[in-house]
Amino acid sequence: MNHTPGNPTSRRNLLLGTAAAGALFAAGCTSNENNDSEDEGKQPAGAADDKPGKKVTVGFAGPQADHGWLNAINQQAKRRAKEYEDVTLVSTEGSNDTAQQIGQIETLINKKVDVLVILPADGKALTQVGLKAMKAGIPVVNLDRVFASPQAYRCWIGGDNYGMGLNAGRYIGEQLKGKKNAKVVELAGLDNLELTRQRTAGFDDALKNYPNIKKVGRQAAEFTVESGQSKMAQLLQAHSGFDALWNHDDDQGVGAERAIQQAGRDEFLMVGGAGAKRAMDAIKADNTVLKATVLYPPTMAASAIDLARALGQGKGVGGLAELEIPASLTLYSAVVTKENVDEYLPTGFS
Amino acid sequence: MAPPDPRPRQSDPPPLLTMSGITKSFPGVRALDGVDLDVQAGEVHCLLGQNGAGKSTLIKVLAGAHQPDGGDIVWQGAPVVLKSPVAAMRLGIATIYQELDLVEGLSVAENIFLGHEPATAGFVRSRAARATAAELLARLGHPEIDPRRLVGELSAAAQQIVSMARALSHDVRLIVMDEPSAALDPDEVDNLFRIVGDLTTGGVAVVYISHRLEEIRRIGDRVTVLKDGRAAARGLPARTTPTRDVVALMTGRDVEYAFPRRTGKTTPQEPVLRLQGLARTGEFEPVDLDLAPGEIVGLAGLVGSGRSEILETVYGARRPTAGRVLVDGRPLRPGSVTAAVRAGLGLAPEERKAQALLMLESVTRNVSVSSLARFSRAGWLDRGAERDAARRGVRDLSLHPDDPERPVRTLSGGNQQKAVLARWLLRGCRVLLLDEPTRGVDVGARAELYAVIRRLADDGMAVLLVSSELPEVLGLADRVLVLREGRVVHTAAADELDEHRVLDLVMEGSPSC
Amino acid sequence: MLNSPGGADTGADTGADADAVPGAAATLTKAAGPPGPRAPAKGGLGGLRGLGRLADLRNLSLLGVLAVLAVVGGITKPDEFLSTDNLQLVLTQASVIGVVTVGVTFVITSGGIDLSVGAIVALASVWATTLATQDYGFGGILLCAVLVGLGCGLVNGVLIAYGGMVPFIATLAMLASARGLALQISDGRTQVVTVKPVLDLGLRDSYVLGIPPLVLIFAAATVLGWLLLGRTTFGRRTVAIGGNPEAARLAGIDVRRQRLMLYLLSGLCCGIAAFMLVVLTGSGQNTNGNLYELDAIAAAIIGGTLLSGGRGTITGSVLGVLVFTTITNLFALNNLQSDVQQIAKGAIIVAAVLVQKGRSTS
Repeated sequence: MNHTPGNPTSRRNLLLGTAAAGALFAAGCTSNENNDSEDEGKQPAGAADDKPGKKVTVGFAGPQADHGWLNAINQQAKRRAKEYEDVTLVSTEGSNDTAQQIGQIETLINKKVDVLVILPADGKALTQVGLKAMKAGIPVVNLDRVFASPQAYRCWIGGDNYGMGLNAGRYIGEQLKGKKNAKVVELAGLDNLELTRQRTAGFDDALKNYPNIKKVGRQAAEFTVESGQSKMAQLLQAHSGFDALWNHDDDQGVGAERAIQQAGRDEFLMVGGAGAKRAMDAIKADNTVLKATVLYPPTMAASAIDLARALGQGKGVGGLAELEIPASLTLYSAVVTKENVDEYLPTGFS
Repeated sequence: MAPPDPRPRQSDPPPLLTMSGITKSFPGVRALDGVDLDVQAGEVHCLLGQNGAGKSTLIKVLAGAHQPDGGDIVWQGAPVVLKSPVAAMRLGIATIYQELDLVEGLSVAENIFLGHEPATAGFVRSRAARATAAELLARLGHPEIDPRRLVGELSAAAQQIVSMARALSHDVRLIVMDEPSAALDPDEVDNLFRIVGDLTTGGVAVVYISHRLEEIRRIGDRVTVLKDGRAAARGLPARTTPTRDVVALMTGRDVEYAFPRRTGKTTPQEPVLRLQGLARTGEFEPVDLDLAPGEIVGLAGLVGSGRSEILETVYGARRPTAGRVLVDGRPLRPGSVTAAVRAGLGLAPEERKAQALLMLESVTRNVSVSSLARFSRAGWLDRGAERDAARRGVRDLSLHPDDPERPVRTLSGGNQQKAVLARWLLRGCRVLLLDEPTRGVDVGARAELYAVIRRLADDGMAVLLVSSELPEVLGLADRVLVLREGRVVHTAAADELDEHRVLDLVMEGSPSC
Repeated sequence: MLNSPGGADTGADTGADADAVPGAAATLTKAAGPPGPRAPAKGGLGGLRGLGRLADLRNLSLLGVLAVLAVVGGITKPDEFLSTDNLQLVLTQASVIGVVTVGVTFVITSGGIDLSVGAIVALASVWATTLATQDYGFGGILLCAVLVGLGCGLVNGVLIAYGGMVPFIATLAMLASARGLALQISDGRTQVVTVKPVLDLGLRDSYVLGIPPLVLIFAAATVLGWLLLGRTTFGRRTVAIGGNPEAARLAGIDVRRQRLMLYLLSGLCCGIAAFMLVVLTGSGQNTNGNLYELDAIAAAIIGGTLLSGGRGTITGSVLGVLVFTTITNLFALNNLQSDVQQIAKGAIIVAAVLVQKGRSTS
């Protein structure tokens, strides 16, 4: 299961963009002078905004939703597209089978959509069809799992697995700053995925900055509740007392928390991952060991639709000096704690 | 009349093949007991003998499929060891079995060249194979068989032609044909004889196995008769030896069968089993039969005459296409073994190991398997009662060794058969269907089995017996039905028949000249 | 090796042929002579039979493996491994797959196979934790899980026993369909259980004399399975149709009906296991039961059940499950990572089978 953080700042950017555009417009109306000379050098007027523009047909090829996060990706994309009058979303059925997905995308290419948004089942395997779309004149927004060749997409937007681990490690490090001989345990996701290894790498690197902290245990679950419960139970048995736990994924966290409850242990602080609503509710309620979670929110799918729309309308992103949308957008893995959970609650997936 | 001297005369060329003193045993059975056979190049040498005389074992030894325990084989003047079918084929010996060993899912050409496909660097040259196959088929008189067709779609006769083509696709010097005419129409038989003639003209020897004396007289040069694993007569002239003599050589035994005397009771009783017009298209024609308790009725005939099929149809293992079976006057549900067993029938099948015994289990469990309900309450087994009952059954039938916990596979053939009988006795069955009950049972144990069967009948069991061994049928049964090619050709009390008469009835023989 | 008859299981011995007892066989076929030295042979057999009654040789070797694992655990992590907590953990983690394996053992013994067990567990756990079902409380969840399991088992059984479908194909089809249906019902989401009695059953407070309820269910399933296979007509018929289906048929056993019942039994075990999993994880997810079929089959095989049918042992299967669960536990305690675990599991399966083969031919 792949997780790519959404960009909670996208909406803010839009608001800013709208405000800026509105201000310009107002400024333009008050004066009878030549507008061109005044506008020069200021915010480019080519930023995508809330106002309906040229109609754009966006083709969306997403994943088969057998995990809460993947489901949320699909929901986010669909909801976002509905908010725009000028966007028509054509989405495929969603598949985890590369061959099937290739077929689906080719159908979209034949339908001659304006822009394609693709979250590939496997980045490397779908590179060819990305190239095909680009060659056919359809720009591709590559969501989360990156294609093997930069020529296969116009813009990549996705999460930062390494950054996720890094932020989790930093948060735990800060929390345990004063403690001598602090012990930390990690419950990772599917070990045969690159992203898990990146997360662990980030986590380990962050902990290097805190010499008082040692990682004493790590087990890999499978992003499922069942494996989360089973591996967490083993971890609890293996380490009779530790100070912090980082769990890569809030969905397998349901199982992990069950195991913690079954063992009756609460001497540690738990940090989650991905940003499930369930986790955020628990953080807000502050009645379990879960004190924070590191985001990889699925709102990136909504941002991908934004980018696709901008691309289709030939505009850029608001809040930046650039005329075009970026080639690559790595989203930040924010740490959600009780302090800021209310902000992020709307983005939590279930 | 003394049998002609089988030794080759001085003026004859040396034989192509000489088998001397071939012996072969299987657990409990001595199939070949010193067989001698010699075959000349270009001759049609016929092999005659009853079932169990050792014909099939002998040809399997010749084909390299079985290794003989003793004896020598001399081929083209040099002694050889036929280690495997491949070895035999390389020497030029091809075998066409009665149960054709073709692969139904492959094409004609593929079957013909199975194992020796024309190939370059591992890649099969299909077109070359098909062309050669077509040639072979044309030579055999069947150019219309398409080499590309799947063998499974062909008629039995066509399949046999394919089998022959396969044999001919090698460089053959000797072909063994096992009952080749069994599935053929008269005109196809003519074609077969033409092929055989062509082969022998070309110097190829043919070993031809058949029960049909008229065929043997038509194409045979010499005849060897097998009996009880030995050659009773070698190299008899096929056309001139009288039928009477041939039959005499095939029958008559060294060992006296010890058949228990019939009690000869004559109280007429209501038949417990009744067959009314029971038939299965293509297997046997409508047969009527009444079987009373305590009676033993035997079905005599050759393989393929429909005897086993009748037995299996009565038992519900096959569904009849016409007629019905009544037990105690009530019609039996056709095609259901459970119904038959419930009605009191029991079958001791031909292939004991494959069809009756649970080889992984003990004797107790084999004996109790049909009567589980008797030892259980609400599904819960009373293993003590089960063991006791098995012990009693084992003792009743003098099963040896009498420890019922022994695995059944450590028993000899005769004792295994007793275990099967014990199963039905325990069940309390009233009609026992026996299919080749003494197959794979050595001579000594047979006598015991005969005594057991007789005793069961005397105690009221009705028995329907199928056996290829005529003395057995005639010795055990009270009444005999003689079957030929699916039809009952004669019914009589066992006393009124003898082997010769029965053989005459079952074999299509011309009267002795 | 000579026979080990009777016993808890099916009484068949270690698979030796008649060839392994050449002396005896030869004596038997020489019917001409006197019966032969019966007394000494019987005595020899009797002695070994006594030993055989307690534990099949295979079970002994598995217990040996468990002992070795325990020693390794005791040496590497004595405090963590040799504790009541850990014993409870290992048994609890074994309980769900254990119940599934009991059902699968029956199916394999009869000569069949069930590849859909994991999928049935997933479907049953998902169906049982939908909001609608949860409204019916504890009883509703339990009943739903069991009924779904039975339903899937019924479909499998009818297709195989009466439809004549090959078990591999029929249960493969069920695997795909059940997983698909589970995905559809749950929409890929985790369905959290809010029914307190169900949740409580998985917590320490509900332990009975220190034994978790899930382990009690597992134990009950084991004992019932053992009795059913070894002591009832149902079990006997199962073994018969696995050993020689044609002979069983000709002996008067209703083979088709028996097969149907067996797949129903397997489905029932899956339904119960699904309920147990819901209790254990406090939720239902369509990804549940991942690869259960392989784990169950592997446990049954190393336990001594013949894949070709005709011999089965519940004790062996359960020991097999415990071996695998203990390995997982040992690895986690020693902080070994997944790749090494998987390799080790594979190596142990091969080793266990080789050891058994070696013993049976000696």
